[in-house]
Amino acid sequence: MKLSGAEILVECLKREGVDTIFGYPGGAVLQIYDAIFKQDHFKHFLVRHEQGALHAASGYARASGKCGVALVTSGPGATNAVTGLADALADSTPIVCFSGQVPSGLIGNDAFQEADVVGITRSATKHNFLVKRVEDLALIIRQAFHIATTGRPGPVLVDIPKDISINICEFEWPEAVNMRSYQPVTSGHPGQIKKAVKKMLSAQRPVIYSGGGIMNASGSAVLLRELSHALNAPVTNTLMGLGGVPYDDSHFLGMLGMHGTYEANMAVSHCDLLVAVGARFDDRVTGKLEAFAPDATVIHIDVDPSSISKNVHAHLPIVGDVKIVLGQLLEEIARKNGQPDEAALALWWEQVAEWRAVDSLHFEQPERGTIKPQTVIRQVHALTEGDAIVVTDVGQHQMWAAQHYGFRKPNRFLTSGGLGTMGYGLPAGLGAQIAMPDERVVIFTGDASIQMCIQELATMYQYKLPVVIIILNNAYMGMVRQWQEMFYESRYSHSYFDALPDFVKLAEAFGGVGMRVDKVADLDATLKAAFEVDGERFVLVDVAVSREENVYPMVPAGAALNEMVLS
Amino acid sequence: MRHTITVLVENEFGVLTRVAGLFSARGYNIETLNVAPLQDKSISRMTLVTRGDEHVIEQIKKQLNKLIPVIKVEDISHAVHLERGMLMVKVKACSDHCDELLELVERYGGEVLDDHIDSHMILEFTDKVDVLDAILEALEPFGIIEATRTGPLGMRRGAEGFRVD
Repeated sequence: MKLSGAEILVECLKREGVDTIFGYPGGAVLQIYDAIFKQDHFKHFLVRHEQGALHAASGYARASGKCGVALVTSGPGATNAVTGLADALADSTPIVCFSGQVPSGLIGNDAFQEADVVGITRSATKHNFLVKRVEDLALIIRQAFHIATTGRPGPVLVDIPKDISINICEFEWPEAVNMRSYQPVTSGHPGQIKKAVKKMLSAQRPVIYSGGGIMNASGSAVLLRELSHALNAPVTNTLMGLGGVPYDDSHFLGMLGMHGTYEANMAVSHCDLLVAVGARFDDRVTGKLEAFAPDATVIHIDVDPSSISKNVHAHLPIVGDVKIVLGQLLEEIARKNGQPDEAALALWWEQVAEWRAVDSLHFEQPERGTIKPQTVIRQVHALTEGDAIVVTDVGQHQMWAAQHYGFRKPNRFLTSGGLGTMGYGLPAGLGAQIAMPDERVVIFTGDASIQMCIQELATMYQYKLPVVIIILNNAYMGMVRQWQEMFYESRYSHSYFDALPDFVKLAEAFGGVGMRVDKVADLDATLKAAFEVDGERFVLVDVAVSREENVYPMVPAGAALNEMVLS
Repeated sequence: MRHTITVLVENEFGVLTRVAGLFSARGYNIETLNVAPLQDKSISRMTLVTRGDEHVIEQIKKQLNKLIPVIKVEDISHAVHLERGMLMVKVKACSDHCDELLELVERYGGEVLDDHIDSHMILEFTDKVDVLDAILEALEPFGIIEATRTGPLGMRRGAEGFRVD
């Protein structure tokens, strides 16, 4: 069958099982939009800015476990998408982004809306393609999805010149993708598995440290929990790994790192075995490298070999998909009928209990007066029974959400961890709501973050997405202000707004429901009311919180994990 | 320490930029880089010379492997291997020094590519990097008009080959 490039794109998306794409039309993609108009295999959601398209695709991908898809036009459409691509790269989110390009003959001529998109996005994607012949398009799309979703997932961009979308050729669907240069390892080396189990069973002070890899390997969270119980080892999660273990599991220590719990950071600092599972020893996790887990033998399980021994030397590397490797480890433990060293572990748990008793996330909420931001997060947990899909922007509210929400399941905490992209929340939240229409989506944001992609309220209105947005409004760029207070003698250089919009009116102007609350006594009723709105409109709750609250505990940048500031 | 790394890549659009971009983006040194397609035109072979401690070299190899079009990477520095680079140099010539110059060319196994005995000569040498350095130094007194050289190409000794399996 003879198809145009645009029709091939539509046909390939159908065959890849795509049901949702996020995009914004423009000159170079008009042919593609025309083909989209004529089909009913997938639904296109119109965002209000291309950055929103990429973050929405990210929220969609991370909530559903499927590949996110975005479509943007050439030039500014594609450059606007760059932040979203870089965000997805840092957080290993599978996305395929199609960008229009000026016609092949004009490339390099500084044509209208031309940008060297393959050049610009090279370091912001896992891989990218410029399509040079319409005959190559189907295979490139197939490879793009394959690359985005396998190994360590990530964003892939396909740049399609306008003439390619118009040109016609015989459509051939490549049944299989086989790339000699790209063959990710999936199973762990059996010898390494044996060695790892031996070390695990003889450990006296083990800690399991798991990250976003657990989110990407669907079904691995259950195995992670099994392993921690089989080894009777405590588990800590990274920001990206929250939900990997239920927050109320007896073996869970909370998050580690810069704003991690005292027990998590102390346990890592004193352990004799650290088992890293799908985590990458980010600087926000390790603090000062020389003092990170100084006495530990490190076992590192990751699908990306370049993450292993990059920051922290792994004594025992295991390259593979974390789900498969966790399965192999459990099998090996069962085969040996392996038992951990319970006598030593009893002492270790005694020590952990002492650290837990410090209660490092404790805060005082006065009964009268201003609302503490932590209180809001805890109330929302209670009202949603810890079962919401929680999406955040970046800053203090993000850390409070991570510390205080309490996640039961994986893929329920969508946040910009690696790149730290303010503006992620609103579009990612709408993407998550589209992926999971029957689930409750709550977006925690700040008065600064929300203004970075606020135009996406219009998208929420258009598609009747019943997202609940909660602004922890302290009238500051809270995290910037906190650092200025701590490290720049409280010189609050440009970390506040002299003019904040009226968020309630703004929500109403965008077609949603706006609410405001500034007293503790009214908080519960307001939140309840927000969750009871009709289910057809977004709700924005502007919560005035104590203005100069700091996120604690905190490991100052460059300090060791055991040098935490508790309050 | 200096390392010579050989890489097989898909011979496709942009692959050289990906490799070069990797080095600049991650702050690695790249001293020389040579690349050309082979008999099988779908593959290019690169030889790159870089410096770094073992940890850095290990990361460079992993990061190279992570690039999608990279098929195979090998650090040949630790193996018994050969390296050869090429030098083309245009030197001033006059009949007074002609014999001396030709003797130098012969000593280093070079070749005269272009011969204008009263004006200049273009010479070619293929040898190890340090020998090429020495040749340039020896040619200096004659008056070097211009010079260009490649980075070294490298290959392991032994009967086995570095190929796509």
